[in-house]
Amino acid sequence: VLPNQLVARSFDGYPPEARRIATHHLALLKRLPLGFLPLLLRELIGYDWKFPAERRELDGQFAYLTSLDSEQLVRAMEVFSHLRIAPALEKIDWVNSPSIFTEQLTAHLWSTHQIDAFRAGAVAYISKSSVALPEQRLPAHRLGIAVIGQGVQENQYRLFRKLRPHGEYFTRIKAENGLAVLVDLVAKRAALYPMPYGHWYIDGSTSLPATPEGATSIAYAALSSPRAALQSRMRKIYEASVFDPEAFRTRMARMQPEEIGLDAAGDPVLARFQLSLLTEGSGTQVFATTFVQWAAREAWRRAQPLTVLARFGPRQRENPMNVLLAEAQRPPELDPQGSLIDADMSAYYTWVNQQRLAGADKAGFLVWFEDHQEAVVIAPGFLQGKQSSDSTDLKDLVASIASAK
Amino acid sequence: VRIDAAQSISSSRRAFLRSATGAAAFPLVRDLAGADRPKKTVVVTFGGGARDDETFMPDGQENIPHLLSELIPQATFFSQVVNRGILGHYVATASIVTGVYETFNNFAPVPPDNPTVFEYFRKDLKRPATDCWVVAPSNGFARIGESAHRAYGPGFGAGVILPKRLLSAALAGGDRERYQHLLRDNYETPLYAPPLTGAQLELNRMADVLKLSVDDFAAHARSLASPDEMSVYVARQLMRQLAPSLLWVTLHDIDVAHSGTFSLYIEGIQRCDRLCAELWQAIQKDPEYANRTTMFILPDFGRDSDIDSGGNGFQHHRTGDPMSRTTWMMVLGPGVRQNVVVDRPVESIDLIPTLGSLLGFDAKLSRGKPIAEVA
Repeated sequence: VLPNQLVARSFDGYPPEARRIATHHLALLKRLPLGFLPLLLRELIGYDWKFPAERRELDGQFAYLTSLDSEQLVRAMEVFSHLRIAPALEKIDWVNSPSIFTEQLTAHLWSTHQIDAFRAGAVAYISKSSVALPEQRLPAHRLGIAVIGQGVQENQYRLFRKLRPHGEYFTRIKAENGLAVLVDLVAKRAALYPMPYGHWYIDGSTSLPATPEGATSIAYAALSSPRAALQSRMRKIYEASVFDPEAFRTRMARMQPEEIGLDAAGDPVLARFQLSLLTEGSGTQVFATTFVQWAAREAWRRAQPLTVLARFGPRQRENPMNVLLAEAQRPPELDPQGSLIDADMSAYYTWVNQQRLAGADKAGFLVWFEDHQEAVVIAPGFLQGKQSSDSTDLKDLVASIASAK
Repeated sequence: VRIDAAQSISSSRRAFLRSATGAAAFPLVRDLAGADRPKKTVVVTFGGGARDDETFMPDGQENIPHLLSELIPQATFFSQVVNRGILGHYVATASIVTGVYETFNNFAPVPPDNPTVFEYFRKDLKRPATDCWVVAPSNGFARIGESAHRAYGPGFGAGVILPKRLLSAALAGGDRERYQHLLRDNYETPLYAPPLTGAQLELNRMADVLKLSVDDFAAHARSLASPDEMSVYVARQLMRQLAPSLLWVTLHDIDVAHSGTFSLYIEGIQRCDRLCAELWQAIQKDPEYANRTTMFILPDFGRDSDIDSGGNGFQHHRTGDPMSRTTWMMVLGPGVRQNVVVDRPVESIDLIPTLGSLLGFDAKLSRGKPIAEVA
């Protein structure tokens, strides 16, 4: 099937909202090139389970594309129209399996040295369609918090090396019940600025955490049962005599939340998000630190929340894949010191991902070495590259970040 | 923009090396009078490139003490080696080995389409099969030794040793479980171990080739911490027993970065740093190699930058951004200028024609160019 052969029934397999949008924009879809349309459909097919911010962005892309006259549309699609696409790709059911098409298109673009042109075209397209999107006023400045180092008693590693140049480094934080202070802060922000999926608590610790009221919470430990179900499937594939990596990726892409015990009935959007963390992330199935970093990144990128509190716990020690995947069968040996180094870098990435969103210049960020005296704050009113050895209460510190203009 | 970014990476490396080691810019005129042509070549590639942030930048220098204090002062250092091909480890290594950007599926058990350095070397110089070897990290590299090219191919390639496969075959069932940390096939797709095809060395020939009993090999391997240590151990055994003129070792521990664990990635870099120095020391102590061996060290490519939103920093090499495409190379040995930096861009496919120029074969189908500073 080529784009100009699409009809309304082509989208019969789509979920209701996605189908409605596709059929509404059928005339537009028929004019888009094969080097672009499946990528748009990959986003659209999951519309029913997308966060509000993602829906808004996708709606914005359709608004942008429909606003173009014929000549402008041809220009906007020029890079994608000129891609040389292998005939075999055209035979893929790209309407119903756009992810599989996209994956194979990517491999084809790499092997034919077209990937750089494609990337440049994609960046230009996103830039133009984003400009067309009306700016959304935030009810409050964004706040990111990373808590790292659970279970580490002594540390020789120079922490926050990537973040210190961007903010103020505190060496004498008083933090009695520090985690509770931060959880309470998230709950207060959720109450003050209520919005769906606007406040997140992501936990990678070894025990089930107390979750802030009103916030969206996900926890590595709470997902132990779905992870075990997924690990069991992965282990069987790993131990099979013949393994087809493409079939494996297809299987993962088509997996439904219910198959690994995620509660899709309660909150289908969150269940799909959790499934994507486990099936699309690399290392998220077996390493708690990787899970929290990837979850925070994806939460910022997709839900674009006002608040993210990411708490990094100890991950299991490095082992061969079959041992890592057998986590449910024996208590894993933990690596707190290695996890601290992982989390230190992950905190930096959490801040980098926060800064990609609107309002970055006014946003606040705190990273704290749990139950220790070290922290870094990046926020208006805090000096870049400064070190403070004054005794500072964590509660007062977060209050000043929250009130920073 | 890309060129600017690559040059910026190169400039940072150069500035650091000059301050840390007193390295000079490469002079326009070489003085090789009296220098013997090298008789042997050892190439070490890192599968799973290490970024400048974790190596040559201030925070990274603690991870590469051996490269900085022992090897670079003896080396000509190329600060801007660009890989314009597919950023997957097998296909990228195959591209370096052939001097052509190969385009096959990175995870397919296929030979390179173009003749490899081993085939040029053996056919042009009429060298026996025992004179060139590859020590490779995973099953996917089993076909790296010889191409599918009709004018070369079967009978002209290198012997390929996959130490993990040897160890797996050497260990009994229970032991295999215990020493799984030495056996993980690859990190790019951790669940993937392709079927073995090709002419890799099998266990029953190990005693003949390496003069190493299965028991001794297994016993020694048990004392090692990582697959890369095992690869260097096998490489040294090859040097002692066969003294090949062309030895290619691909290290791979760094690629654990795909799991998203920064600390393990750093440990991989530190181990790689130490193993490169150990290999160079072994070369200097071995009469077959000392003072007649050129060693090339280069990552196959880099990793994604922290800033590119299409990637996830050090974890992968998927964006094709300048940091993931731009890396470095150092060259050590007789006739090679010491402690100098070459800023001009070269490509990773330039290595094979350079080896051709050094060793006297014609890499006629390579698309690269000999690197004048060392060729």
